[in-house]
Amino acid sequence: MSTRRKPPVLDIDALLNDPETRIVVTCGSGGVGKTTTAAALGLRAAEAGRRTVVLTIDPARRLAQSMGLTELDNTPRRVKGVEGELFAMMLDMKRTFDDVVSAHSTPERAEQIFANPFYQALSSSFAGTQEYMAMEKLSQLAESGEWELIVVDTPPSRSALDFLDAPQRLGRFLDGRMIRMLVAPARAGGRASIKIVTLGLTVFSKVLSRILGGDLLQDVSSFVAALETMFGGFRQRAEQTYQLLKAPGTAFVVVAAPEPDALREASYFVERLSRDDMPLAGLVVNRTHHAVPGLTARRAEAAADALAEKADPQLALAEAALRVHVETALTAEQDARMARRFAAAHPDVATVPVAALPVDVHDLDGLRSISALLAGQPTAASRT
Amino acid sequence: MPGVPAGARLHVVTGKGGTGKTTVAATLAMALAEGGRRTLLVEVEGRQALAQLFDVAALPYEERHLAAARGGGEVMGLAIDPELALLEYLEMFYNLKRAGRVLKRMGAIDFATTLAPGVRDVLLTGKVKETTTRTTKDGRFVYDAVVLDAPPTGRIRQFLDATTEVANLTKAGPINRQSVGVLELLHSTRTVVHLVTLLEEMPVQETVDAAAELTAGGFHLGAVVVNRARPTLVTDGQVGPKGAVDLAELAHGLAAAGLDAALAEPLAGQLVEYADRQTVQAENRARLAAVDAPRIELPDLTPPVDLGELNELAAYFRADES
Repeated sequence: MSTRRKPPVLDIDALLNDPETRIVVTCGSGGVGKTTTAAALGLRAAEAGRRTVVLTIDPARRLAQSMGLTELDNTPRRVKGVEGELFAMMLDMKRTFDDVVSAHSTPERAEQIFANPFYQALSSSFAGTQEYMAMEKLSQLAESGEWELIVVDTPPSRSALDFLDAPQRLGRFLDGRMIRMLVAPARAGGRASIKIVTLGLTVFSKVLSRILGGDLLQDVSSFVAALETMFGGFRQRAEQTYQLLKAPGTAFVVVAAPEPDALREASYFVERLSRDDMPLAGLVVNRTHHAVPGLTARRAEAAADALAEKADPQLALAEAALRVHVETALTAEQDARMARRFAAAHPDVATVPVAALPVDVHDLDGLRSISALLAGQPTAASRT
Repeated sequence: MPGVPAGARLHVVTGKGGTGKTTVAATLAMALAEGGRRTLLVEVEGRQALAQLFDVAALPYEERHLAAARGGGEVMGLAIDPELALLEYLEMFYNLKRAGRVLKRMGAIDFATTLAPGVRDVLLTGKVKETTTRTTKDGRFVYDAVVLDAPPTGRIRQFLDATTEVANLTKAGPINRQSVGVLELLHSTRTVVHLVTLLEEMPVQETVDAAAELTAGGFHLGAVVVNRARPTLVTDGQVGPKGAVDLAELAHGLAAAGLDAALAEPLAGQLVEYADRQTVQAENRARLAAVDAPRIELPDLTPPVDLGELNELAAYFRADES
């Protein structure tokens, strides 16, 4: 036997009940139950007496319905059937962007921006806009001072890290030399442009026009000109949000499933958070399987085979139960091996396994089961 | 493969995150390479998932040998990096290698590949098109088939149609011309989109939605690939309505197998849970009937999947060939 020490246990209740915890961010790769975890955490905190809002991005329909959400809505709505104050909202990316524009410019200029084809594409399909707007919304919720706890789900990005980088990337872009060059001709207008045009700019614009086509460049250029007054605002906000994520009171909960891809993403995330001094609360391993203890898969399989040979209908039930045990025990073993590999690489990361439920969560009771499992309590779901 | 037009050369594999689409794409590439053919397996999300799956060093932006397939076939791999794809593009069309460096310094490459709407996806699909249609000097295709490990179902339509958006945004110029060519290939019967799913509610819902969306968008569906289906172990009547199990009968059977009858109760609980899962699986399988595409079911494999197992899985595609 090795002297491998067990990883510390992630104490969810201690995290949620600590009045110092103001923001919990759930992150991880797609399909691991990130949104469900966020909702369950919010529910648990609210039922423990904290005024809580859950900000979800693109939740599954039935999960959204379980919290009474029916459409994209930028306003937190009270979730019915919860003891305590739980609010939930689904991010409306475009509207959030429009609000940012309105807040930072005059009505006429805002109209100009809204009408720009480049802005329309940018605000609805810009790679990174969802991440940026999620962070923007988080800042707004934090600034409102209305919430004791904000639980925020991260967008289903290409990479789990995108939401950390997108706001800064946008800030860098808006601050970049390229933007200033693009904006120069539009700002200068016709006659003054001669003074401004340098050799570098000419080459640059030509190349860009050739790559992107002249119209797009024109749209971007006038968009940026209209946006100019907001530059400081944008950059500053991106920076502020980033700082908010590092501030005391923020905690990251990384969510994974006991599968190689999901745990690899979780590893990247854990490493990145530590590099950026962002506070990691721990890892939730969803969909972990457990088997009845005291019977190995091999023994169960031999017993099932022995029963099958007797071909007695009275024994079929026991055979089925044993075959189910083989299947479950092998899966559980696999899950445990995955978890051990992660723990070996990250021995200090507090972890909590959440048992796989036979059915998907689609109501508050389902969420309560998950929240109890998160807190390390057995639930009615593990009936015998 | 059933339901796949004979002329299909580009196989786009998508699915909800966590459904194992990379493994399925690899399996398909192996199956299509059997019998001395040559396939290219492409990834576009910068995760180096192919290198990990095939246990080779991280793939550069270059086509590399990944594995030999049965019967003398070969699977090549390519990880497309959008930044390098853009530089390659500049060089190819304009001989602009140096300009590329300048643009990079100015942040224009960053802009084009990560920020400009759709440009990134256009570059990725553009490179996919190039590999799919590339021919040798004597006019034969370099690859018999190209398998694309595509973005997840939530983004697939946007990804495949990025070219439309850019074609609209850039009404002239080489990117516009490129976009039109890519659109033609993706919407033709030379391209099929396979949807990978688990027999769980959300992946099935996304599969049904994506199938409808893709069909409406003029794309051709290939197969629905059901991954990690659990075997049916509990038969009708073994678990009653409300999870009732005949404990006496179970204990009797366990005793007959020389096991402790005290295991009957916990094993009954486990049996009921499994039966619940089985019911959910069956319901979800039935919901997939709404998708008008042939269905292929793959068994659950122990991760991490190795090459032998990929070959084993490839047989599932082959078995369906007739």
